[in-house]
Amino acid sequence: MDSKEIQELSSRAYIIRTDIIRMLGTCGSGHPGGSLSAADIVAALYFKVMRIDPKNPKDPARDRFVLSKGHAAPVLYAALAQKGFFPAEELATLRSLGSRLQGHPDMKKLPGVEMSTGSLGQGLSAASGMALAGKMDKLDYRVYALLGDGEIQEGQIWEAAMSSAHYKLDNLTAFLDHNGMQIDGPTTEVMSPEPVADKWRAFGWDVQVIDGHSIKEILEAVEKAKAIKGKPQMIIAETVKGKGVSFMENKVGWHGVAPKPDEVEDALAQLVPYCFSAGGGVVYE
Amino acid sequence: MSKMVATREAYGKALVELGKSNSQVVVLDADLSKSTKTADFAAVFPERFINIGIAEQNLIGTAAGLATTGKIPFASTFAVFATGRAFEQIRNSVAYTNLNVKIAATHAGITVGEDGGSHQSVEDIAIMRVLPNMTVFVPADEAETAGAIKAAAEIDGPVYIRLGRLGVPRVHGEDFRFSPGKGVVLREGKDAAIVAAGIMVSMALEAADILSGQGIEARVISMHTIKPLDEEIILSAARETGALVTAEEHSVIGGLGGAVCEAVGQSCPVPVKRVGLRDVFGESGKPADLLVKYGLTPEAIVIAVKEAISLKS
Repeated sequence: MDSKEIQELSSRAYIIRTDIIRMLGTCGSGHPGGSLSAADIVAALYFKVMRIDPKNPKDPARDRFVLSKGHAAPVLYAALAQKGFFPAEELATLRSLGSRLQGHPDMKKLPGVEMSTGSLGQGLSAASGMALAGKMDKLDYRVYALLGDGEIQEGQIWEAAMSSAHYKLDNLTAFLDHNGMQIDGPTTEVMSPEPVADKWRAFGWDVQVIDGHSIKEILEAVEKAKAIKGKPQMIIAETVKGKGVSFMENKVGWHGVAPKPDEVEDALAQLVPYCFSAGGGVVYE
Repeated sequence: MSKMVATREAYGKALVELGKSNSQVVVLDADLSKSTKTADFAAVFPERFINIGIAEQNLIGTAAGLATTGKIPFASTFAVFATGRAFEQIRNSVAYTNLNVKIAATHAGITVGEDGGSHQSVEDIAIMRVLPNMTVFVPADEAETAGAIKAAAEIDGPVYIRLGRLGVPRVHGEDFRFSPGKGVVLREGKDAAIVAAGIMVSMALEAADILSGQGIEARVISMHTIKPLDEEIILSAARETGALVTAEEHSVIGGLGGAVCEAVGQSCPVPVKRVGLRDVFGESGKPADLLVKYGLTPEAIVIAVKEAISLKS
């Protein structure tokens, strides 16, 4: 994998981040912290890893992505728009009446959304069902899911962890956005999910722990995961909540609060310099 | 009396037939396949049967994921667990998404018997009926069950099918054709109408016999579809008889009784007496004894019919 491609993907993640900030700034509500922390993973999946075609969004053989931590909808919407699933101008309608960009992803409204999520803990079960169907139909598509580290406090996650391993769903790769924070505080203080790697391993998953902001590590981890036979794979991505915006980084308060106009300006000033090679990206002024 | 067949047994047979004609049908269970009778399907189509274990939330979520790919999943467990334990999964992963998931729940109502109140669902119709996109079937016998399962597979969207543990007699003839959303007049009558579902349909017919002996002619309607409700058949009964009785093995709140009251209250107000559980849970006991204790008998329906008639204006 050449360094130019990695740079392009990293730049893509920053373009996604600028979209996240603009969207939230425009609508005045939403979840910046966990959207920003997931941007590199989502950029790598949508612009390198996944076999998807915006012109044929229901292709039975397509790879699937389930955003189990549905409150990070802005990161998904930015990627889908940039990929061409819907016009980028529509990002400005986030959370407004009549918009296809609901506060949490709605598969019935927006092309490219594979599963409606938002109520935490439900996405992994759906992803597991998609992976089971792939096995039944002998289709070689892969299913990717993105989980929050607060989200895995939900019991249903572990039900799905158990069944996915039981049915040997090696076509299922999950990422854990391990940013260490949830609404009420650090996850280890609210209700510790640790040790996360040991837990997933004990449930029968292949586990890797990577830097979730390193495109290179993300891509390498996905390649390793694809080669695993007989087990679902968990990639624990060590991330920074609010990544890329200095005043949001590692601040619990930015879980679910939108930036004000001056904060939008400040954030964009920090992010834009990293959007160097892929061009464009600023989709509305 | 005809042979007694539980609707769960009819479900098991209907699933196998469906499996033969539709390769997209897959069946999921939560460690109760011998009780829900999905084991019948598993024996014939093991590659299309998924046991999720004792994990009802994941049962529903996995079914939702399968449905996104074009599969037609039937997910089964006891009604208490399907609609209670996994309510929010049904709401957000199935109903909100309008996915093609069929929830066929057995052991509904107090005729579960000895297992007791923890296992006797008396609220499931209410909490499924309130969900947008959901169709709700409560079949009365094996014929209605076979029809409901076939119809469920043909409907593109979520369906809840409420099934029982106890053997029940046939209420329909061999020529019965199940039509979703259409109630069935089983007996004509002009003095009052009994609208019943599930195991209460055969009791409604018995009640009508008793009433006839006393000079009261009661219409009997089998309301196998609670949602969408056949308002036409209910409003006709209200207009033509002026007194209604509902009968269900469920709370009088929010189920068939609630649905019928909503319908007549808006368009043709007449007295409605509701036979069902009166805002209480069940308990352990033999099904026959429980039915007597909780007033789910032909005699209770007879009394309710007379009360409704006495309230006619």
